[in-house]
Amino acid sequence: MLLVENINVYYGAIHALKGVSVEVKEGEIVTLIGANGAGKSTTLRTISGMLKPKTGKILFEGQDIAGMAAQNIVKLGLSQVPEGRRIFANMSVLENLELGAYIRNDSKEIKEDLEKIFKRFPRLAERKTQMAGTLSGGEQQMLAMGRAMMSRPRILLLDEPSMGLAPLLVKEIFSIIQDINATGTTILLVEQNAHMALSIAHKAYVLETGRISLSGTAKELAASEEVRKAYLGA
Amino acid sequence: MRVKAKRDLLSLGACLLLYAIIQLLIEVDVIGQFWVLNIVLIGINIILGVSLNLINGFTGQFSIGHAGFMAVGAYVGAVMTVKLHLPFIVAILAGAAGAGILGFAIGLPTLRLSGDYLAIATLGLGEIIRITILNIPYVGGASGLMGIPRLTNFTWVFFATVFTVFFIKNFINSSHGRACISVRENEIAAEAMGVDTTKYKVMAFTIGAAFAGVAGALFAHYFYIVHPASFTFMKSFDLLTIVVLGGLGSITGSITAAILLTFVSAALAGYPEMRMVIYSLMLIGLMLFRPQGLFGNKEISLKFFNRLKGGSPRDAA
Repeated sequence: MLLVENINVYYGAIHALKGVSVEVKEGEIVTLIGANGAGKSTTLRTISGMLKPKTGKILFEGQDIAGMAAQNIVKLGLSQVPEGRRIFANMSVLENLELGAYIRNDSKEIKEDLEKIFKRFPRLAERKTQMAGTLSGGEQQMLAMGRAMMSRPRILLLDEPSMGLAPLLVKEIFSIIQDINATGTTILLVEQNAHMALSIAHKAYVLETGRISLSGTAKELAASEEVRKAYLGA
Repeated sequence: MRVKAKRDLLSLGACLLLYAIIQLLIEVDVIGQFWVLNIVLIGINIILGVSLNLINGFTGQFSIGHAGFMAVGAYVGAVMTVKLHLPFIVAILAGAAGAGILGFAIGLPTLRLSGDYLAIATLGLGEIIRITILNIPYVGGASGLMGIPRLTNFTWVFFATVFTVFFIKNFINSSHGRACISVRENEIAAEAMGVDTTKYKVMAFTIGAAFAGVAGALFAHYFYIVHPASFTFMKSFDLLTIVVLGGLGSITGSITAAILLTFVSAALAGYPEMRMVIYSLMLIGLMLFRPQGLFGNKEISLKFFNRLKGGSPRDAA
């Protein structure tokens, strides 16, 4: 479904991604793990069109989307939950979700999707008219995910959904991710919390200073000596 | 939907009533020349304030070159009537088009900048426009363009103001407006939602500039003369004051602030040296006690008055 081939991304003179390749098949949860500054978020931002790769290809269902404008990529069915949630703080929960459906104009189905989101996140339903900035961190993360789902993506890119959340909430968020995946949305997940990420993913890649150093099924990686030492603290 | 249409009709009716009252008072000379001048200025300042608020308050792009677009509207409009002898309405529309086109052409490259950089770029832009006009002999250069017929009257200003406010209000409540607000709230998130952020920034900038052009054309045809010195950075600063005082993101705030500041200016007309001191003190006081502006990003509406008058529904129960 999504094939990233040998992309090189630069921030000015800094070579941030050095020939990264990632493959995500339909229906999978794929995770990118790695330390701070390894290039995980850069990879996601390049896929979603916020950064342009200098060289390399990004194929989404066979179409090369490398360097395409972000808003056009969203229209193809690839949606991103940015790092740090980035909700619209001075808008209500409902307005945030409605903006998620910005690219659509099938108002009847948008309403149905809103109901679905509220069913999946009952806490958002309770806080429908509340300003999004007054939500707790966990609720904001749910809102960001719900908002991204409103564009009916076929693949959802999640950038550190566990960031700054209490362990119990992290568990909840990850079970929601599994849930979203079970209803047919492919997921590419970037996480520092390698333990949680490997527990729900099918496939995983380890990024180290801009390069993929390891890849395989999540089980293989969770069992590998290197990953255990470096990322799982065992 | 029907409630909304009804409310719009009601507001329109209120506007017509207000127009009739003021026009009557002008006819019977209760409102003299001095106050007519101030009412005209209030209208022009409302147009300028609300249009700048669309750029600064709603879309979050900090522009401080609004006087430049006003200057373009004033000069283009004046050339239409003085040199080409075209009717006033053509002058107003040409002023709007001239400023709008310039806003579009300049917005495209500069709106890629953000925050302080955009502010500096627009500041420079306002000055470039002024200096350019200063060096065009066709429009009078430094001595200004003279002999402009006084075509602007209360009626023109009133309806131009009402049109501007309705247009911008409806724009903001449309999906385009939502997109603009999402850019202000969080540009990255807006982009991730599929909002073409550059398009909406340029759209808001162009619309804002076009209405500044309308205000400029009205301004030129009230004072018989346009002069580059009327459109310095100080003018842009005055307009920014209106927007910040009223509240970034509040149309009613800009209207209130435009009225208030025009009256303050008029009251201080006798002490020109004190004017900027009092202006500055007002701004400092505002920033200390109410940094979000008089109304923040809220609007006052009939609902608000109901609450004042009858208390909240809770009290009634």
